Amino acid sequence: MSKSDPNAPKRLALIASKGTLDWAYPPFILASAAGAMGWEVGIFFTFFGLTLLKPKLTTQVSPLGNPAMPMKMPFGPEGFQNINWPIPNLLMANVPGFESLATGLMKQTFKNKGVASIEEMRQMCLDTDVRMFGCQMTMDVFGFKREDFIKETEFCGAATFLEYAADADVQLFI
Amino acid sequence: MMDVLKEDQVLDCSGMLCPVPVVKASKAIKTLEVGQVLKMIATDPGAPPDMEAWSRQTGNELLRSMQEDGKFVFYIRRSK
Repeated sequence: MSKSDPNAPKRLALIASKGTLDWAYPPFILASAAGAMGWEVGIFFTFFGLTLLKPKLTTQVSPLGNPAMPMKMPFGPEGFQNINWPIPNLLMANVPGFESLATGLMKQTFKNKGVASIEEMRQMCLDTDVRMFGCQMTMDVFGFKREDFIKETEFCGAATFLEYAADADVQLFI
Repeated sequence: MMDVLKEDQVLDCSGMLCPVPVVKASKAIKTLEVGQVLKMIATDPGAPPDMEAWSRQTGNELLRSMQEDGKFVFYIRRSK
């Protein structure tokens, strides 16, 4: 027996453990879609994922150690935009500012294609009452303060989230 | 010849990608009265299966899902 009320809406419980631009999308996309379907949603933001609850998001993406990441140009004719630029890892690792460049290119490509920004995605989640659980232990470890995060953040630990997830129909670790 | 459906509101999600059309549709349908019809237009090829799933999950009735002038068009009736 998991749920006491058979008429309760479906529930999605996510763990967001990563804070880079590429990994910020999946939890917010799934959460906003589930919210749009009338599901209850809670996301537990832990470790580097906790930074996704900062008021101002500065998510970056690194092609280093992400060998499958396509390097695309967000401008020029379509054929040019579709080229996957072969950039050696050695170059990515050693050129200063390469991550900022890659981040800028990816953000622009996403924008051109009609993907909402991370900030917009997060707002869509808040609009559908997605609960944002912030990991207290991560906060203590990295020396963050409660004021560093958006006001909707509910600070808690593993037990609180597990209790929430135990009643969920879908649980995913991202 | 299909029946002509009359919509009470139009929502154009052209150029928007997942999950924005679904999120916007759910917001728009809540502004309608029960029984009223929302016409939603999208260009994302993921929209037809997603709108079917959204309809099954929310209980709002997907009256028609079709293609028109290279776009995907949905008629949804608010059911509750």
